Amino acid sequence: MQTEMSLWSYANPTRFMATTRPLLPWLSALAAACLVVGLVWGFFFTPDDYRQGSTVKIIYLHVPSALMAINAWFMMLVASLIWLIRRHHVSALAAKAAAPVGVTMTLVALVTGAVWGSPMWGTWWAWDPRLTSFLILFLFYLGYMALWAAIEDPDTAADLTSVLCLVGSVFAVLSRYAVNFWNQGLHQGASLSLDKEENVADVFYIPLLVCIAGFVLLFVALVLARTRTEIRARRLHALQLRERMA
Amino acid sequence: MSGLVASDLAVARGGVPLLAGVSFDVAPGRALILTGRNGIGKTTLLRTLAGLQPPLAGRVAPGGERSAYGAHADGMKATLSVAENLGFWATLHGAGDIAPALAAFDLDDLRGRAAQHLSAGQRRRLGLARMLLTGRDIWLLDEPTVSLDRASVARFADAVRAHLGRGGIAVLATHVELGIEAEALDLERYRVTGATAGQGGGDIFAEGAVE
Amino acid sequence: MIRILSRDVALAVRAGGGFGLSLAFFLIVVVLVPFGVGPETAVLAPIAPGILWLGALLACLLSLDRVFALDREDGALDLLATAPVPLEGVALAKAGAHWLTTGLPLSLAAPFLAVLLGLPAPGHLWLAVSLLVGTPALSLIGTFGAALTVGLKRGGLLLSLLVLPLYVPTLIFGADVARRGAEGLALGPPLALLGAVTAGCVALLPFATAAALRVSLR
Repeated sequence: MQTEMSLWSYANPTRFMATTRPLLPWLSALAAACLVVGLVWGFFFTPDDYRQGSTVKIIYLHVPSALMAINAWFMMLVASLIWLIRRHHVSALAAKAAAPVGVTMTLVALVTGAVWGSPMWGTWWAWDPRLTSFLILFLFYLGYMALWAAIEDPDTAADLTSVLCLVGSVFAVLSRYAVNFWNQGLHQGASLSLDKEENVADVFYIPLLVCIAGFVLLFVALVLARTRTEIRARRLHALQLRERMA
Repeated sequence: MSGLVASDLAVARGGVPLLAGVSFDVAPGRALILTGRNGIGKTTLLRTLAGLQPPLAGRVAPGGERSAYGAHADGMKATLSVAENLGFWATLHGAGDIAPALAAFDLDDLRGRAAQHLSAGQRRRLGLARMLLTGRDIWLLDEPTVSLDRASVARFADAVRAHLGRGGIAVLATHVELGIEAEALDLERYRVTGATAGQGGGDIFAEGAVE
Repeated sequence: MIRILSRDVALAVRAGGGFGLSLAFFLIVVVLVPFGVGPETAVLAPIAPGILWLGALLACLLSLDRVFALDREDGALDLLATAPVPLEGVALAKAGAHWLTTGLPLSLAAPFLAVLLGLPAPGHLWLAVSLLVGTPALSLIGTFGAALTVGLKRGGLLLSLLVLPLYVPTLIFGADVARRGAEGLALGPPLALLGAVTAGCVALLPFATAAALRVSLR
């Protein structure tokens, strides 16, 4: 139908569906391979840390999930901006599809962070600035998803959630600094900090990279699959509407 | 002053396309009466003309900066008096004096009364008096004569006629015979059906092969 | 804009309910705290700044769903949107009216309620100052949340869910100013940061609020 090809043409639902269909199985398989290799390697074939023992191995879940928790929000921000500026429906639906994946990543990061911290703090939860920030991010995700769920008209929902995502991003960054300010020096950061030089030696580092790649691929595969579902739902709705009016 | 021109307008309510291909041209001093059954999209069309919602397709000129929109929900506050309510909208629109508007709709005796103590018809007259204060030349009125008695309908018709006489434009959605010389536009023929849904801002998700 | 603001204040005062309600709510929250944690000043005094800030924040939240909902119901919001006033101005005026009817009275009442919680004397002034500087941000953020949910039938609970996480920076800096004031510490940095948050909200949020309103109206 259209002869001109650009990146934006993939924002057409039909084209998007056709392009992602063959991609999805490969992405999923690759994600699974990376995760299995990275996690098995990390859990069973790396030495224990001289200070933290085997507890340190939780970084293979904690670091990638924390990374993706933030990246998922960032992706939603970019997708929201594309929707607000260029009105590409797929973009709005991709943002919607990413939120539940992002909130799950945040939850995994929170739980693994608490598990990691418990032997050091002697308690399951301490108001560590880093963990607290993730808790706040978790609340932002909840609000974003609740707003999507509450609005009936999909385009109105896309508009309002996009505005919320924009404003929320500013406040999320602000909260990060506020939380640092609020709890500065209460915990000596170094013991839990993810500073590569200090805490993560090479033996840990390479399997960690494999795990991160696995989480990135997993995220992309999940978001694509969910976006495809959202597109199908919208199409079903549109066709039903046409049927009813006939 | 140019007229109100709609070209190939398509409107939707809650994502459902209602009307498509609506075109008309109302010259200064003329009125247009919209007819059609309930739910066909009269209110949605008026809101689109007022610039309160974007059209699905097509164009409206001018875009709403010259129009005053009057619906059954008239924005009058129950606890404020008639004069206070009108005074607020007058300042907002930069109109000085509310006396002519009070006089035009016979509200002089009620000026100190709180809006919540007005009868339905008096309340309606208050809402219509606001139209005069906006100073806008395009009046968009949604069922303006609901709960008005015969004398008030006549008074309203006079106000519209005076407005048209000043070179104003009025678009009214009503089924009541007002005795105003006006063109009628039956919206029935613009109704979006299954056969026409693809044209004029059809849903992008309904196009293409089903996967 | 001034006219919208003064009309909203007049409406709030005349309707009675909304105006006094948040103050009464604030009082009740503060009175309930000692029943929960015990009456000893040694327990109450250290947590007083935080409790008072939290109480004021929740009291602000109480009247937020009325900011646009009433105007939406009676059609005034449509008319405001078509009036020759920028919607950003409407948003700012609405937030201003909300602050004058909740944030300001709460700030002025807080020092008196602080007595109930045994807040040391120098803290009273700084508590009021922190609230005066911080509550405008609460009203602006809340107005933004109200604009997002104005088209929804049961938006009240959702509004709280959206707005409360956005309150985090204001609460942190505001309560810190009050705490440092009570302990006689230097409070320049948090006060400056609190002011910066409020200034940023004044400058930016009316645009987001107006954008949300435009979408909600259609």
